[in-house]
Amino acid sequence: MEVTTDTQKEWVLACHTTDVPPNGGVCVKLGDEQVALFYFARRNEWYATQNLCPHRQQMALSRGMTGTQEGEPKVACPFHKKTFSLKDGRCLTDEHECSITTYPVKVIENKVYIGLYNPVAIM
Amino acid sequence: MKIVIIGNGMVSYKFCEKILSKTHATPPQITIFGEEPRPAYDRVHLSEFFAGKTADDLLLAPASWYSENNIRLHLGDPVQHIDRENKTVHSYKGINESYDYLIFATGSAAFVPPIPGVDKKGVFIYRTIEDLELMRDYAPKAKRGVVIGGGLLGLEAAKALLDLGIPDTHVIEFAPRLMPRQIDDAGSRILQSKLNQLGLEIHTNKNTSIILGDDTITGLQFADDSVLEADMLVISAGIKPRDELAKLCGLDTGHRGGIVVNDHLQTTDPAIFAIGECALHNGMVYGLVAPGYEMAEVVATNLSSGDKSFTGYDMSTKLKLIGVDVASFGDPFTGRPIVYEDTMKGIYKRINVSDDGKTLIGGILVGEAEAYNMLLQTAKNKVILPPNPEDVLLGARGGATEAGPGVLGLPDDAIICSCESVTKAAICQAVEAGHESLNDVKKCTKAGTCCGGCVPMVKDLITSTMKAQGKYIRNVLCEHFHYSRQELYDLIKVKQLYTFDEVLDTYGQGDGCETCKPVVASILASLWNELILDKGNDTVQDSNDRFLANIQKGGTYSVVPRIPGGEITPAKLLVIAQVALKYNLYTKITGGQRIDLFGAHLSDLPSIWEELIAAGFESGHAYGKALRTVKSCVGSTWCRFGLHDSVSFAIQIEERYRGLRAPHKIKSAVSGCIRECAEAQSKDFGIIATEKGWNLYVGGNGGSKPQHAILLASDLDSETCIRYIDRFLMFYIKTADPLTRTATWLNKLDGGITYLRNVVVNDSLGIANELEAEMQSLVDRYKCEWKEVVDNPELRKRFNHFVNAPGEKDPTVKFDHLREQKKAAEWK
Repeated sequence: MEVTTDTQKEWVLACHTTDVPPNGGVCVKLGDEQVALFYFARRNEWYATQNLCPHRQQMALSRGMTGTQEGEPKVACPFHKKTFSLKDGRCLTDEHECSITTYPVKVIENKVYIGLYNPVAIM
Repeated sequence: MKIVIIGNGMVSYKFCEKILSKTHATPPQITIFGEEPRPAYDRVHLSEFFAGKTADDLLLAPASWYSENNIRLHLGDPVQHIDRENKTVHSYKGINESYDYLIFATGSAAFVPPIPGVDKKGVFIYRTIEDLELMRDYAPKAKRGVVIGGGLLGLEAAKALLDLGIPDTHVIEFAPRLMPRQIDDAGSRILQSKLNQLGLEIHTNKNTSIILGDDTITGLQFADDSVLEADMLVISAGIKPRDELAKLCGLDTGHRGGIVVNDHLQTTDPAIFAIGECALHNGMVYGLVAPGYEMAEVVATNLSSGDKSFTGYDMSTKLKLIGVDVASFGDPFTGRPIVYEDTMKGIYKRINVSDDGKTLIGGILVGEAEAYNMLLQTAKNKVILPPNPEDVLLGARGGATEAGPGVLGLPDDAIICSCESVTKAAICQAVEAGHESLNDVKKCTKAGTCCGGCVPMVKDLITSTMKAQGKYIRNVLCEHFHYSRQELYDLIKVKQLYTFDEVLDTYGQGDGCETCKPVVASILASLWNELILDKGNDTVQDSNDRFLANIQKGGTYSVVPRIPGGEITPAKLLVIAQVALKYNLYTKITGGQRIDLFGAHLSDLPSIWEELIAAGFESGHAYGKALRTVKSCVGSTWCRFGLHDSVSFAIQIEERYRGLRAPHKIKSAVSGCIRECAEAQSKDFGIIATEKGWNLYVGGNGGSKPQHAILLASDLDSETCIRYIDRFLMFYIKTADPLTRTATWLNKLDGGITYLRNVVVNDSLGIANELEAEMQSLVDRYKCEWKEVVDNPELRKRFNHFVNAPGEKDPTVKFDHLREQKKAAEWK
């Protein structure tokens, strides 16, 4: 696993840009974790979240449908269509649902990196 | 990341639950120090301890839950010292523990007013299970119990005394009314009268000055010199945040208690947080559990690379106090009140309307609080009130509802959403209160938030309720397309658009969503019948269509090969069996006379289909809004009653329309005689043999709202029958709303079956040839989409769980065993 570190985060190589279907998602294996990675081709934006949908604890968000709600990027879980903001992870369809973790993404020379926070530096 | 939590109450537990549900690069190491001897329990329902629940019943999770989740839990071991410089805590039992983040969830203690004599025997506080055990042991000696405090907790404590069997129980409140923070004088009067009936004596405006007795309580003396004899006293006059440890280590605390926190719930030390009743946010201590849970969510999110703020919490509340419903929402005291008071039944309702009469500011409900959720939503969402705002309180009077066909004809108590048990009345009321979009109704009623099966009916209710209010409805798709499905279908056809992006660029705005994407995908498939995974249209397909399989519990898929008419050779049965054995699949016969193979990993799907296709199978489109099966009885080839060969006709029809995509799934059946063994009249289109030919029925449905199909035409020869089906299906595809079955479409069609018969049989619109030609071109373009995927390495690559570990299966998928096969592990 290719890893680079800056002061705040570890950037882990996830895949190549062409591995991700435009306007869709894929699941990235990072150690024992599963991270859902999304590419909004129309906006040329990348997002990453936990792959686990908190509703029924299913590893499914990467297979969900992406979209926007009043401009805010979101993903709908394929199981019960709970939708989550890709900006801050909160559930948009059920205010009582747990929110999901989001991760920063950067692309360098067609390689996609996911930023894992160094926990000591999050604040 | 090492997290230490001080305190193991409800909020502490919720924090653990929340942080565990989030993804972490490395799992956090959590250590909890709790003062009480048992793990977190449900303090909200503490009084149930006396109503028969045991301490174990009240636990939020057993001690084993903590160890299963690698949380170290030290009970009966409060933290005594915090070394902020070295980030370590030191416990009573001598444990030293270092932390990256420290969380105060120390909660609160009972506030005991400085009344002389509070230390006498027979005086209790009401806070922990230990307090309750002490009360329980003492109660048999007591004849008269008194509670100081007429707020929420005080009344709970009074209920506890009643449950303990103390015959004579009194409540003393300093303020002129009960629950002074939540309800007004009139509400309090009704509540008092209800509580009196239940055997509680209430004294308001009473200031206790001395607790009488030598070493044991004998009574209370008040500021007005009156005396009340008593042999047991429970003090429940409020809470005092447990901030002593925070003070000791130099964190800022409020002068009336509480650990000062910012919007991230951080104390003055950024590595230390405070959540729940010990926290002082913006000058406020929140003494309810819901805001505490929200605080837990905020900190859990921020410690999991998220960003969330706590910005205060609505203190609206509804509860059952000693069997009496009491609710208070928004601002219960100001605004222009509209009041309903029924002293006979003990009901008091007050709503506060804004000066302009347009919105609801808040209100109070005592004795009956069914309308609470609706009123709370109305106030919260600043919904514009009806011209007579009292209707919100009393309901519209004198307006008999029109009975008639369609959803409005259903009884008010019909359950529309069975997952969340939401009634028709609840949905209509929501719409009437101004929640006019599906999202609003979902949010306010929860209808359609679980399985989603009722969503079309909910939409129907919204539009018909709005129509009944005289509002103009334009049935647009969503915020991205201001067109109905029918309009969009025509536009896409005229402009010859082939991809979602083209359609969005030409007729839409924004980026699309899970509502419009599948609709446009379905229209494109219905128009052009191209491979749905091509041209970048793969990611706008519904999840099942995107992976050409049905996602099941646990994230595996089911596979359904097409078995036209339900006829299959023994050799092909063997192939299905071999595939099922090889890939370890659970097999079940479906209601549509096919075989469903469950539990396939995503990455196995192409190989499974490769083997099935090699044996002559095709996709069954069980995953699509498309033709499913054409069921058949055995017909005249074997049956002594059969009039025609229903199996052959069923196969012919199934092969004609296979792969046809439509606004919803389509099912069909052919019966060889009037005994109707194939149940054709429950299908979208059904065919029954007659002496002279075939009868064609349309618009039938099983499912949640069963409906018999209606006869469209009789005694048809096979060729005419197929032409009528072509016209019927094409007309349906062109005009139906998204996710609308033929039955619902026909119910809503102006003119109903007569109109449809005119269009299909009499060609009243002059479009019959066009409809037939359109259908024929779809039929001619049919290809098995699974074959196309199997033959295309680029497409096959998309069927992997991990993009960076192709072929590797999701390790979280688990199966159980049942009757010699596997089944999906139960979800949470």
